[in-house]
Amino acid sequence: MARTVLQQADIARALTRISHEILESNRGANDLVILGIPTRGVVLADRIGRIIAGIEQGTDPSAIVGSLDITMYRDDLARHPTRTPSPTQVPRQGIDGKTVVLVDDVLYSGRTIRAALDALNDLGRPRVVRLATLVDRGHRDLPIRADFVGKNLPTSREERINVRLTEIDGTEEVSIEEATSER
Amino acid sequence: MRHLLSTKDLGRAEAIQILDIAEDMADVQNREVKKLPTLRGKTVVNLFFEDSTRTRISFEAAAKRLSADVINFSAKGSSVSKGESLKDTAQTLAAMGADGVVIRHSASGAPQVLAQSDWIDAGVVNAGDGTHEHPTQALLDAFTMRRRLFPGDSRGRGLDGVSVVIVGDILHSRVARSNLWLLGTLGATVTFVAPATLVPVGADTWPVDLSFDLDATLALMQPDVVMMLRIQSERMNAAYFPSAREYGRQWGLDDERLARLRPDSIVMHPGPMNRGLEISAGAADSAQSTVLEQVANGVSIRMAVLYLLLSGEREALS
Amino acid sequence: MSESSYLLKGATLPNGQAADILIQDGRITSTAPGSSAPSGAVVVDAAGLVALPGLVDLHTHLREPGFEQSETVLTGTRAAAAGGFTSVFAMANTMPVSDTAGVVEQVQSLGDAAGYATVRPIGAVTVGLAGERLSEIGAMAQSRAAVRVFSDDGKCVHDSLLMRRALEYVKTFDGVIAQHAQDPRLTENAQMNEGALSSELGLKGWPAVAEESIIARDVLLAEHVGARLHICHLSTAGSVDVVRWAKARGIPVTAEATPHHLLLTEDLIRSYDARYKVNPPLRRDEDVQALRAGVADGTIDIVATDHAPHPRESKESEWDAASFGMVGLESALPVVQTALVDTGLLGWDDVARVLSTTPARIGRLNGHTHSFEEGAPANLTLVDPADRSTFTLDRLAGKSQNTPFEGVTLAGRVRWTFHHGFPTLRDGELASIEEAAAHARHLAREGVPAHG
Ligand SMILES: [Zn+2]
Repeated sequence: MARTVLQQADIARALTRISHEILESNRGANDLVILGIPTRGVVLADRIGRIIAGIEQGTDPSAIVGSLDITMYRDDLARHPTRTPSPTQVPRQGIDGKTVVLVDDVLYSGRTIRAALDALNDLGRPRVVRLATLVDRGHRDLPIRADFVGKNLPTSREERINVRLTEIDGTEEVSIEEATSER
Repeated sequence: MRHLLSTKDLGRAEAIQILDIAEDMADVQNREVKKLPTLRGKTVVNLFFEDSTRTRISFEAAAKRLSADVINFSAKGSSVSKGESLKDTAQTLAAMGADGVVIRHSASGAPQVLAQSDWIDAGVVNAGDGTHEHPTQALLDAFTMRRRLFPGDSRGRGLDGVSVVIVGDILHSRVARSNLWLLGTLGATVTFVAPATLVPVGADTWPVDLSFDLDATLALMQPDVVMMLRIQSERMNAAYFPSAREYGRQWGLDDERLARLRPDSIVMHPGPMNRGLEISAGAADSAQSTVLEQVANGVSIRMAVLYLLLSGEREALS
Repeated sequence: MSESSYLLKGATLPNGQAADILIQDGRITSTAPGSSAPSGAVVVDAAGLVALPGLVDLHTHLREPGFEQSETVLTGTRAAAAGGFTSVFAMANTMPVSDTAGVVEQVQSLGDAAGYATVRPIGAVTVGLAGERLSEIGAMAQSRAAVRVFSDDGKCVHDSLLMRRALEYVKTFDGVIAQHAQDPRLTENAQMNEGALSSELGLKGWPAVAEESIIARDVLLAEHVGARLHICHLSTAGSVDVVRWAKARGIPVTAEATPHHLLLTEDLIRSYDARYKVNPPLRRDEDVQALRAGVADGTIDIVATDHAPHPRESKESEWDAASFGMVGLESALPVVQTALVDTGLLGWDDVARVLSTTPARIGRLNGHTHSFEEGAPANLTLVDPADRSTFTLDRLAGKSQNTPFEGVTLAGRVRWTFHHGFPTLRDGELASIEEAAAHARHLAREGVPAHG
């Protein structure tokens, strides 16, 4: 049985708060690049970009938002069926000397972010890299932490977190599911 | 995908997936750091029983840009030419721990024999077998067409409604065969133009229009793509046509024929070219020519193929 | 070797009559139903089994001398016995080539000593199969091997003048030229039947006309010089037409088809599996149907195996590098039943004709085959026509395993084979090499003619 932990309004509030925190720590939208990690991180990055553009007048969201595919950098490729990569799109200003904020839906082991840092490293040299995540569920395998967190959700390893976003799933919620199907 | 042996058995979705991944790979080729860590720890063997430096270095670049280890096994002058069999060679490569084998062979079907055998468990990529197929060449040709004909909007689409005229030695061309199947799968219409001696027996049963007359075909089709095939001089000695001059006059893409093409149509050649025989220097170097793009795109396509074959869990034998 | 008597009870003769076949002293002494077994006779329950005269294969490659890694006269005749054959004609493409009296006598002796079947050597038409000058046809004909069939099989006698001379010359010795019809220029490096499939697979085509044009030329030559001509392994519908036309003109031509050309088509080659590589190549379904019709209407006189053993490494390779040929002795009768009998095209009397009496007549194999008359030599085979089974490699008795029928369900199975009264195959089990050799010594003592 899935249990809803964030509803549409909660998600919207969390993203608004994250956007404000990003602007605050960066002291505005200058030299800011927001890169979503496919699939749902891209949607979240888009939304954050639009919120920021609403706050900082004159900011073009498409000039600061992009996507960063990490498929080619995963360390577990051989353990899964072949994944189809998604495009990487970096805003025209590039990432050299910028503040790059990586956006993902759920932070768990940290391996995705490790791969994202490697991918970023091959694209250029940002001034700083920050991490924003809608949900931090704990259980890190690597020394990685998020700078901007929508909600900390203590979970057991047996549980599953489902993030559903309108643009992709047609509904909007975050739920926890007891993973029993594996047994 | 477990092996890539031919384009005949490639479905439309699968073909488009390869082309789309090649777009991602092409993006990587435009960055300063052109290397991806994806196939770190994997070993790709280029097993070339037939000389082809161009194809070999293209596969080598593709594998290296994905961080695979590459072993070049040229069969010329090695124990293979002294009678060591395909089986012995395959078992040697298996013992070396090859994850992928890129094979070029003068015998049609050799890649399939290797893939079907229990000599080696590696993924097999056909890099050209006899007069059978050359699937990565056809994929890079399709990729080149898609990018040229739909600039900025190439992802996710086929080649529906695109007209392609392929001219030359169809009989001996694995490139023509692979293109025939792939372009058809992607929705393009294909016309072969060749002297009757160089049209394969039974080609009238293939999904292709056949013509002996290049000028009439160009006038009638106003094609989006004209692909010229290399004509080998030994064909003349075997009486497929009387002389290079006569061939060039009838079936070569000279400056005059080039001028009669639509300005937005593209001219392709799989290389290496015989300038002045099947294609004039003017046509080869014109803005409509994609010859150099084809070379660059070859690396992207081969990266995509190696990625699909070697990155995931090995698919179980079907 | 103790002389055994056998009573095959309840067998069905090719003409459909029930028979109790009594074998004594190497001969059939009675076929009357209701015979009781003389004391000491082995009684075989032959109920449901069809009795055929011992099968005769006019086209076998025994490979000895020279290619003993593929087959020997001993192993090849064991394969023959397992397939119901009591006589095989051994093709001349050995090493050295069977183009002298010495070589053909050697092959004859090896066969005589093995005891599994009567071996009749075929002599080469030209020296070294080179197609340049006639071999010593007279010497081979007058040797102890008494060669009557001459063939360059594997190669075509393509020179028109040489073929004319060969046809004329063998008349002197009542011989026959068995032509492997293949225009060499039209089939240079050819790999499979030429058509849409060869073009798709990128395998060099082997056009039907390369076979048909040689047959057309040769039947006209045979007519012109008034000589017998035998055409090996017809494989195309056009070849059947040409032979049919020739026979209608009264030309003394005979023709054969192989079991594999009567059942298999080129589509198998999609796998590039070299087990399907054979000369002449597998053709289209239309050709298979035309060959079957040709056997049914008598245009094609006989079925012959073209048993062509090759070691594993000759087939475990890319298609172009693999050898041509398939083994066929053990599977021949089941394939014939499957393709021709169960389809209603042939009766068992026709099978006796195409697999025994006619090949014996073409090859001048005298006193070997029969119509189950009393006193006939006890060369016969018992077939279980009700058997339906998947052909497996363990049914092969020769040295090589290059069968295209592995995994194919075939009808009919050979149970017993008798060679001059000796059971070379007993309810599916081959006689031991020692027993067969003892039988051979017995035949020699009795003076049974080697060519009978
Ligand atoms: Zn032959």
